[in-house]
Amino acid sequence: MQNNGYLEMKLLRFTTAGSVDDGKSTLIGRLLYDSKSIFEDQLEAVEEASRSRGNEEVNLALLTDGLRAEREQGITIDVAYRYFATPKRKFIIADTPGHIQYTRNMVTGASTADLAVILVDARHGIMEQTVRHSCIASLLRIPKVVVAVNKMDLVDFDSKVFDDISAAYTAMINKNGLEFKDVIFIPMCAKDGDNVVSRSELMPWYSGPSLLEHLEQVEIPGGDADSMRFPVQYVIRPISRQFPDFRGYGGRIAQGIIRVGDSIEVLPSGSKSTVTGIWLGEKQKEQAVAGESVCITIKDDIDISRGDVIASDSGVKPSMSNDFVLDVCWLRTSPLVCGKRYTIRHATQEVAGIVKEIEYKLDIDKQEKVYDIEQLTANDIARVHLKTAAPLVFDAYRDNRTMGSLIFIDGTNDTVGAGMIVESYD
Amino acid sequence: MSLNQLTHLNELEAESVFILREVAAQFEKPCILFSGGKDSIVLTYLAYKAFYPAKIPFPLVHIDTGHNFPETLVYRDELVKRLGADLVVGSVQKSIDEGKVVEEKGFNASRNKLQTVTLLDTLAGHKFDCACGGARRDEEKARAKERIFSHRDEFGQWNPKNQRPELWNIFNAKKDPGEHFRVFPISNWTEMDVWQYIYQEKIELPSLYYTHMRKCFYRDGQWLAADPDFIPRRPEEVVEEREVRCRTIGDVTCTGLTLSHAHSLEEIIDEIASTRVTERGGRADDKRSETAMEDRKKQGYF
Repeated sequence: MQNNGYLEMKLLRFTTAGSVDDGKSTLIGRLLYDSKSIFEDQLEAVEEASRSRGNEEVNLALLTDGLRAEREQGITIDVAYRYFATPKRKFIIADTPGHIQYTRNMVTGASTADLAVILVDARHGIMEQTVRHSCIASLLRIPKVVVAVNKMDLVDFDSKVFDDISAAYTAMINKNGLEFKDVIFIPMCAKDGDNVVSRSELMPWYSGPSLLEHLEQVEIPGGDADSMRFPVQYVIRPISRQFPDFRGYGGRIAQGIIRVGDSIEVLPSGSKSTVTGIWLGEKQKEQAVAGESVCITIKDDIDISRGDVIASDSGVKPSMSNDFVLDVCWLRTSPLVCGKRYTIRHATQEVAGIVKEIEYKLDIDKQEKVYDIEQLTANDIARVHLKTAAPLVFDAYRDNRTMGSLIFIDGTNDTVGAGMIVESYD
Repeated sequence: MSLNQLTHLNELEAESVFILREVAAQFEKPCILFSGGKDSIVLTYLAYKAFYPAKIPFPLVHIDTGHNFPETLVYRDELVKRLGADLVVGSVQKSIDEGKVVEEKGFNASRNKLQTVTLLDTLAGHKFDCACGGARRDEEKARAKERIFSHRDEFGQWNPKNQRPELWNIFNAKKDPGEHFRVFPISNWTEMDVWQYIYQEKIELPSLYYTHMRKCFYRDGQWLAADPDFIPRRPEEVVEEREVRCRTIGDVTCTGLTLSHAHSLEEIIDEIASTRVTERGGRADDKRSETAMEDRKKQGYF
C-alpha cells in the first residue's frame, strides 16, 4: 500500500478570515483543487452551477457555499468545514464569513483553530475588518497567524506594497496589544495559485514558504505537560459477570500526561488517590496524553461524578471560584441582560449563572472600550463579571482552552453566548 | 506535549469517543442509526470503545427499506449478537402497507425519500430523544454546514439558517419535549480517514465492500445491481456479470457499484487515493438537484 505513511499523519485545524471580496473562498477552493481534494463530480457540479449563474470563470466559492440561501445570495452565511490532506498532514478548515453581522461565526470557527489565515486585499491594505478579524483571533487565543496578502497580481506583484502592508500590520498588532506570538506574511494570488501550493515565479523577491508549505510544517505548541486535567464526562460501570466491581471514569484529557501510578486529586472535593488503570476499548495503556479520550480507574472508592475534574497532584492546580472576570462574545439577537439567569456549561459542568455587570464593551472598529453598558446584543464582545450558583473548577482561558471556556444557554435552550475566563473576580 | 503527539486518526477517534460519551450523559434515550454501511459500522465500533467494558448504553436502529443486500442483514445480525446490543428495525414496507407513504413509480423509483417518514415514526414510537448517525461533513456540501449536535423541531425538521452556535467542544443538548437531536460523532472524518481507521483497527466489514462478481447493469453513468433484483430496467438495459464492489452501501436501488479489483483493505485504500469521483457521486439520491441533500434534511432525513 502506498499510503502507509498516512497513518502517521498529524492534524492541523485552521480558520480563514477575510473581508467580503478578499478572495477567501477562492483561496480555499484553490487549496482543495491544487491538493487534488476536489473530485471530478464536484468540479463538474461547480462548473455547471457557475454557468447557470452566468459566471464566466469557474466560481470556486460555490464549492464551499453549500446552502441554498448562500448560493442564491452569493455569500457565505455559516461556518463550513472543509477537509484536505497532503502526504504530510491532514487539514480541517473552518471557513467563516467575513461580514460584521457574522462575527459570531468567526468566533465559532476560531474556537477550535490552531492557526488563522487572515486575508488582506493588496490594493486596500489593512481595513477595519482586518483589525476585527485579528482581534478575534487574539481574543480566542489562536496560537499561530498567517497574513495572506492576496491579489498581488492587481498591484503588479510589487514587493513594496507587500512590505508596507506587513509593516502596517505589525504596527497594528502593537498598537492594539494583540497577543500573537507568531505571525508570518505571505504575498499571494489565490486566483492563479501563486504562493498557495507552490512558490510563485512572479514574486522572486519573496523567499519564504508558500501557504501550503507553511501549513504543512508549522508546529503547534502544547500546554503545561506537568499539570494534568481530566474533566470527568461519564462514569462507566458495567456491572457484568466479567467486571462485577469495575468503576471507571470516561473523559478526554484536557492537558498534560496521565500515567498508571500517578497521584491525583479530585476537585472540587479535594479527595486524593492513585491511577490504577488507563483503558480505551479493550486495550490498557501505561500512559495517555492531552487530546486522548480514555477511561481511567483509581485505587480508592471515592465519590466522583460527571462535572468533577481529576488533576495531577503535582504541578499547577486548577482554580475554583464562583465569581469570574469573563470575556464574552454574544451570539444571538436576544440580548445579554444583567441579572438574568442563564445556564452555564463549562467543560463537563453545568450551573446557573448571572452576569452581575458589564465592565465594558469592546468597539473593535474604533479600538475603544465603551463603559456604562446595560445589555449586549449579537456580535458584541465585552468584559463582564459572572457569578455562578456553584463553584467551577477552571484554568484561565489563556492557559487552557477547554478548562477556560464556557457557553451561555437561555430559557429557549439556545446557545446565546460564549465566554472565556480571564481570572476569578475578587 | 499536546495534541501534536496524536496521529490524525487517534485525534479523530478521541473526538468521536468524547461526543458519544456526551450523548450518553446528556440524553435520556439515545440510539445509533445503523445502516450496515462502513460509516455506521465505524460509529458503532467507536461506541463500543467509548463505553468498554460496559455495553453500548443505547440500541442500534435500522431503517429497513426492504431493498437490502442480504450480506448487510447477515452482518448486522452478527454484529448485534457479538456486541450484546439491542436492535430496533423500522420497516419502510410497513409504512407503505399502513398507507403512511406512497411508493414512487418509474425506472428511478427509490424508497430513499420514504425512509424519512419511517425514521421519524420509529424515533417517536420508541421515544428516542437522540439519533446518532454516521454522516460526515466531507460527503456533501449541506452536511459541511451541519452541527455535530443538530437540533430537530417537533416535526423532525432541520433549520439550516438558525442552527445553534457550536463552540470549542461544548455541546448543548437542551430541548423541549417532543423535540430531538441528530448527533454526528464522525462529522470531521473523511472517506479516507474512515478507510484508514478500518485498516488500523482491523474492523470486519460486509463482504460487499470487497470486489466480487455480480449481475449488474449500466444507467446514467453508473453500475447498479441487478441482483438482488429490485430495480425495474428499461428494455435497452442489459444485465452483465461484472467484477464490482460497493464504495458506499445503502438501499440496493441507490447504491452505485464500482468496477474494481480491490480484494483487500490495502487495495481499497489505494483505489480511493487515486479515484477522482466522490463516493456520493455514485448515489442516485443526491443527483436529483443541486440542493437535494439540504431539501431532504430539512424534512427530517438522516
